[in-house]
Amino acid sequence: MTSRWASFRAGLEEFYAGPYRRTFARARREEDDLFRMVVLAEALGVPDPAAYYTVELMPALYEDFHAWHRRMGMDRSPLEHVGCC
Amino acid sequence: MNALPLLLIGLAIFAGGYVLYSKFLGNRVYKLDASFKTPAHELQDGVDYVPTNKFVLWGHHFTSVAGAAPIVGPAVAVIWGWVPAFLWVTLGTVFFAGMHDLGALWASARNKGRSMGTLSSRYIGARGANLFLVVIFLLLLMVIAAFAVVIKDLLISTPSAVIPAWGAVAVALLVGQAVYRYRMNLSLVTVVGVAALYGLILLGDAVPVELPDPILGMSPATFWIVALFVYAGIASLLPVWVLLQPRDYINGVQLFVGLGILFVAVLLSAPTVVAPAFNDTVPAGTPDLLPLLFVTIACGAISGFHGMVSSGTTSKQLDKETDARFVGYFGAVGEGMLALGAIIAAIAGYRTMADWKAVYTAFGEGGVGAFVEGGGEIVNSGLGLSASLSSTVLATMAILFAATTMDTGMRLLRFVVQEAGEVAKLKISNGVGTLIALAAGMGLTFSQGADGAGGLRIWPLFGTSNQLLASLTLSIVAVMLIRKRRNPAPALVPLAVVFVMAFWAALAQLGDLYDARDWLLLTIDVVIIVAAVWVAFEAVVAMRRASQEPPEAADADVTEKAEVTG
Repeated sequence: MTSRWASFRAGLEEFYAGPYRRTFARARREEDDLFRMVVLAEALGVPDPAAYYTVELMPALYEDFHAWHRRMGMDRSPLEHVGCC
Repeated sequence: MNALPLLLIGLAIFAGGYVLYSKFLGNRVYKLDASFKTPAHELQDGVDYVPTNKFVLWGHHFTSVAGAAPIVGPAVAVIWGWVPAFLWVTLGTVFFAGMHDLGALWASARNKGRSMGTLSSRYIGARGANLFLVVIFLLLLMVIAAFAVVIKDLLISTPSAVIPAWGAVAVALLVGQAVYRYRMNLSLVTVVGVAALYGLILLGDAVPVELPDPILGMSPATFWIVALFVYAGIASLLPVWVLLQPRDYINGVQLFVGLGILFVAVLLSAPTVVAPAFNDTVPAGTPDLLPLLFVTIACGAISGFHGMVSSGTTSKQLDKETDARFVGYFGAVGEGMLALGAIIAAIAGYRTMADWKAVYTAFGEGGVGAFVEGGGEIVNSGLGLSASLSSTVLATMAILFAATTMDTGMRLLRFVVQEAGEVAKLKISNGVGTLIALAAGMGLTFSQGADGAGGLRIWPLFGTSNQLLASLTLSIVAVMLIRKRRNPAPALVPLAVVFVMAFWAALAQLGDLYDARDWLLLTIDVVIIVAAVWVAFEAVVAMRRASQEPPEAADADVTEKAEVTG
């Protein structure tokens, strides 16, 4: 009985969340892209007064870097020191 | 004739269709295979591709395809008498809609969950894909305009529905906050949300709102149409979690509640059918039953829109291929049941045939108003709710379905506008895109008079383009079956019937619209006719090619998929 109730609740949650999962994932990706832009600003040639601090965040961005520059319409890596492709 | 046996016969036909015909389709035609690795497993990403329990998936699928359209269409179409509408809904659901929805789901699941638009470029040719965009744009535009008129009519004819209809927006906003900001228990929120909605219905029934005439210099009809478009514009721009998501959810729950109320009321009250079986004395100006019946009832018998849902989202979440039978076919049956309920409400809710004829005075009259009035009468005698409360419940239900389609449609229309802008190398912002979509929708609505009086003239045209979309999907399914050397007849026969009826209807409406001097709709009709000829041409070429080529290998779906790019 408890497990049936739990699976009913799980089904209800899925019924709520399922149809919009994609929209949320896309919105999240857009925010992440904006964040990535800010962090990479100095490396891309835009002066950034906070670069000293943001450089610490760089390693966190490497993992998705390849997918990002392809998404932004650049076939090859725009940064010399990041040779992802 | 009593409506109870009618209801039971209808349900028996649906049950027979599901038990026998869908089994035949699943085993012999589509050869559903429980061991086939569905896209949900193959490409699982936690976002689009998520294996989902078949009952939950059916719930999603059913609530996205069912809405106000299977109520409006049948309620308009009973003007020709109830037998044609009843037969088309029951047989259409069993042999057309179920086959089509299941087929679209299967076709997409066999192609990595790709959408019908992409599939048409694989099986029909690249031009087929462009055709899709044009048809979808028209479909969205017409459904928004027609529903604005439907809601406006209901708000005026049932003033007690004004408070619940707009109050539901507030309920949805609160549900969204409760779920996302306060992370409250969803089961509790659901119960409270639905209870609040029904509380609003009680309140609305006690306090009917009739607008003064004129209001802000407009007639009430014009005012409601403008208000609806302003609402839809704002709703489509808000983040989805704020309004659209909780609204869709509450509506989905409400769909089951409403369907239950309607069916139980018919069972308990067993009303008498007063409408004629075949109406020999249709009001002047009513178009001929053939072919207009087949486009007036699109959703509820066969609807191309289902193929978009099947292939767009549902196919990506299919856990086992054999689930497609329940999700796809039974989803169509669910919508058929809603249409059947709408027919019974519109034909058995009046006391005498004279009362009924006084409502159905012209084509497009009656319609959803008759559903609310007649259904209200049935709920009144079946469940003992007061007559006005019963109609408030049904009017609110119909308005909510139509309004969610309107705001979601507005959002999709904005995407189409933005996509078209990209083709023309123009960046269109969300605000501008929405304004363009709003202008197009309002332009179409107000082309039918400042109070949208002729708005239901759009309805058959909407049905025609919907059937055209269904023809395109059925052609894709037929081409796939021919390539696999399976029996294509279960797809070809419905394809031929739907296409001939839709094309004939488009031609018939050409004359009517010319007589009415309605140049805007006439232009849309011409575009539909051109698109129809195009579909037919491309489909015949593709089928000939498929039958001349050697049959594809049994595992072609798995190996060939690599050649299609995204």
